[in-house]
Amino acid sequence: MGAGKNDILQGTLALLVLATLSTRGPCHGYGLCGHIQAASTELLRVEEGSLYPALHRMQQAGWLRASWGQTEKGRRAKFYEITDLGRRQLADEKRSWAQLTQGVALVLGAGA
Amino acid sequence: MLRLQRIANVFRAARLRRELDEELEFHLAERIDDLIGAGLSPREAEREARRRFGGYTRTREETGDADMARWLESLLQDLRYGARQLALNPAFTVVATLSLALGIGANSAMFQLINALRFRGLPVEEPARLAAVEWGPNFHGMGSFGGRNSRFTFAQLRQIQLRQKAFTGVMAFGTTRFNLSPSGEARYAEGLYVTPNFLDVLGVQPTLGAWLDPRTNAEDCSQAGALVNYQFWLRELGGDVNAVGGEIAIDGRTFPVAAVTPPSFFGVEPARRFDIALPVCAQALFAEDGRGRLADKTFWWLTPIGRLRPDWSAERASAHLRDISPAILRESLPESYRPDSAERYLANRLRAESAPAGVSSVRSQYENPLWILLASTGLVLAIACANLANLLLARACSREREIAVRTALGASRARLVSQLIAESAPLALLGAGLGAGIAGALSRAMVAFLQAGEAGLEIQLGVDWRVFAFTAGLAVATCLLFGLAPALRATRAAPADAMRGGRTSTAGSDQSGPRRALAAAQIALSLILLVGALLFGRSLQNLLATDPGLDAEGVLVAAVDARSSVAAPERRLIALEQLGDRLTARPEVESAAFALFTPFSGSGWNEHVHAADDPDPGEGVNVWFNGVGPGYFEAMRTPLLAGRDFQQRDDRGSPSVAIVNQRFAERLFGSDNPIGRSFRYPGALGETDPVFEIVGLVKDSKYSGLREERRAIAYVPVAQLEGVQNELSFVVRARGPLQGAMEGFRSELAQVDVGLKVEFSVLAVQVERSVMTERLMAGLSSGFGILAALLSTLGLYGVMAYMVARRRKEIGVRMALGAQGSAIRALVLGEVGRLTAIGLAIGLAGSVALSRYAESLLFGIGPNDVSTLAAGCVLLAVTAFGAAWIPVCRAVAVDPSEVLRDD
Repeated sequence: MGAGKNDILQGTLALLVLATLSTRGPCHGYGLCGHIQAASTELLRVEEGSLYPALHRMQQAGWLRASWGQTEKGRRAKFYEITDLGRRQLADEKRSWAQLTQGVALVLGAGA
Repeated sequence: MLRLQRIANVFRAARLRRELDEELEFHLAERIDDLIGAGLSPREAEREARRRFGGYTRTREETGDADMARWLESLLQDLRYGARQLALNPAFTVVATLSLALGIGANSAMFQLINALRFRGLPVEEPARLAAVEWGPNFHGMGSFGGRNSRFTFAQLRQIQLRQKAFTGVMAFGTTRFNLSPSGEARYAEGLYVTPNFLDVLGVQPTLGAWLDPRTNAEDCSQAGALVNYQFWLRELGGDVNAVGGEIAIDGRTFPVAAVTPPSFFGVEPARRFDIALPVCAQALFAEDGRGRLADKTFWWLTPIGRLRPDWSAERASAHLRDISPAILRESLPESYRPDSAERYLANRLRAESAPAGVSSVRSQYENPLWILLASTGLVLAIACANLANLLLARACSREREIAVRTALGASRARLVSQLIAESAPLALLGAGLGAGIAGALSRAMVAFLQAGEAGLEIQLGVDWRVFAFTAGLAVATCLLFGLAPALRATRAAPADAMRGGRTSTAGSDQSGPRRALAAAQIALSLILLVGALLFGRSLQNLLATDPGLDAEGVLVAAVDARSSVAAPERRLIALEQLGDRLTARPEVESAAFALFTPFSGSGWNEHVHAADDPDPGEGVNVWFNGVGPGYFEAMRTPLLAGRDFQQRDDRGSPSVAIVNQRFAERLFGSDNPIGRSFRYPGALGETDPVFEIVGLVKDSKYSGLREERRAIAYVPVAQLEGVQNELSFVVRARGPLQGAMEGFRSELAQVDVGLKVEFSVLAVQVERSVMTERLMAGLSSGFGILAALLSTLGLYGVMAYMVARRRKEIGVRMALGAQGSAIRALVLGEVGRLTAIGLAIGLAGSVALSRYAESLLFGIGPNDVSTLAAGCVLLAVTAFGAAWIPVCRAVAVDPSEVLRDD
């Protein structure tokens, strides 16, 4: 794990996955890793081992829908797609994330 | 829905695993491609990809957890393991399944019967709101009683209907039999007399046709029609829609068929069917005086049932009925009651009793025996469970190491216990499934047995939610019973001890403690069942050994219905006398005589009798009466001890005479000679008491059943009785087979009077029927007793064989040190003796505590009969030592050198 790269906070992985899928459309697990890393300009790093259990849990919760398809390279892969329920969840999580960061920023500001 | 998805996924676990592997492999493959693109060698790329991915197996497991309800998956695994275990031990499986199935099946069968009689609501609208009107305690009423549940007179019913406020309506019914045959041999249908609001109160709509307006006056017979049962309509009327509106001949009169009931409606008496219902007014049509029971305030024949108003409970209705009782009784008081009787009559009180399952005389007759049988089957099942628990304990012991290893690796005790219980679940399921089949067959067989004893008895079996819940509950309970003890036991051992393992060299009492306790418990339960079986068996034996005072074998009873005789009523008796003479002249008939009632028929007539010259009569002696013709005692083979038989000359024109039995003479005259003495009983108010002179003395005989105490009986000549000519029976002692006498009777009947109808029955069968309950109890309880003894013998054998196997080393050492075979034998037998003694002691206490519940069903034997208890103990002790025989032989045959070499 290189220096300067942050492991994703517990609980924020779902938010990142939902956000990525809602903007970029259907994507497989490997692609999600890449997108999150790229979009965060390599600041964030997805721990690959914890991505899949999270994806499956989100699928069971009804936030994601999965289907098998072909990649450009012709490999069979499982593509995930956000559902309406997932979009509602995303909105919720965005709101609570904003509150969290705002709160944290205020505390840090006061301390500084 | 999503939760369901996770559960459903358990059942396609293999496919999910494949897909998951494919998904993860894709991820690795893509990473490797990218790394190679970045310049790594394929081998380095793969190593790096795997490093970045982290623990592959853990990820795979965690992801699987997200997909599936793991608890269910592990439960299924345990069940599968249990099923595999069963398949590996077919002998164990067969014995275990059969003993469970028998236990569960017998329990479920008894419960089905109890359910049908007691719990299942009537197939009517809101049965929970039905309540029967009943008499309170210390009921006093006199007069004639007709039909089952004959509780009320018509006058009382009218008063109740008029004055009550608790019910939206009160209907009533009386039971009877209707003769469908125009002549010759009678063909009876089960009949009801019902009030016009019968269907209305029950909330039942006819399937076909229309029944009376509920507001019709019950005495108005202008629109009388028959309400026929659906099954009867199918069977007798061919299920023809046009039969409604047609006519049906009942007791020599024709009635229009007004309506057909819905298929599920069987009446309001569970265990009874009805074929045809007529309005109560029809009873008056059949009566010779044209008024019948409707006008007779001393004829008790109706059962009232009401539908409670929405805000009324049965308790509140009871209180209300109690309050209005005096007025009802005052208005329905029979004019013929003497002052003392009237006073006691007026003291009666009414009450309401919730009747969602209807009213039933069958219920009161069989409910107690059925509960006792259910308790017995419960004990049998407990014994079977103890056996299984024992076998599973043995199996759990052999898995001690496996369980210890798993405990050491961190498996929680709860998880292990639930696993072990889940493993016994397939057995319980198998047992319950097979048991349900056995229950169906057994309950049908019992119904058939009961039906053979009583015509018109029909118990609607069938599995409803109660039966299902009961059987399922039994399966769960048994599974816990035989699975829990071994599971708790197996998971208790400290892992370190168990892993050190090996066989203990001495009797490690903590190892076999629970198994020995189970064996002793089995013996205790078996003793209770065996004592019960012996008590019921000896009761039956005692009953069959009682002297009925008559010889029922070879006696044909011919009940003659003379209502549509061609002869005028006053000439009918003469016609019947002629018939008797012609019968006696036939070669197939040895003798024939009249009787008003035949013994064991259940009908009867009693009076409170005094000696005619007794100045202070008091209460009098309760005496049972019968009207008989000349030759009756000869036909019944009841010895005439003194005096003379009735003769043709004892008729209406001569003084009233009677023949009495020994008990009668004893009660009224002590040791004095009764011949020539007179007795009387109170006549109706304003009439003189009838007085009879005793002309003969006969031996005691039974009146209505073998069970009864000696009864005082007085016989009077039929020819001196009034109004009995329509309902007389012949008792015919046949020469040779009864069939011949029956043929002879039929041909004579047709020649004497074509209007006479006859119904034959066999006296010996009636006697047999009077001991039905006892036969049922004796048969079933001895079956259960034997089964219990067998099962506990098996159990004891298992425990002893196990003990010998475990202590093989100890026995070998003892022998090597010089112990004789006899000492070894004493060692094993001492153990058996201890277990048996403990079991018998507990069983004795249990028997003494429980047998009083069976007291009312016993005959000629007390509930704590010492010889019976002793016999039960001896029987069980003998089987216990028999069960120990093989283990003893095995112990004696232990070869010390071989055992010592083993280590």
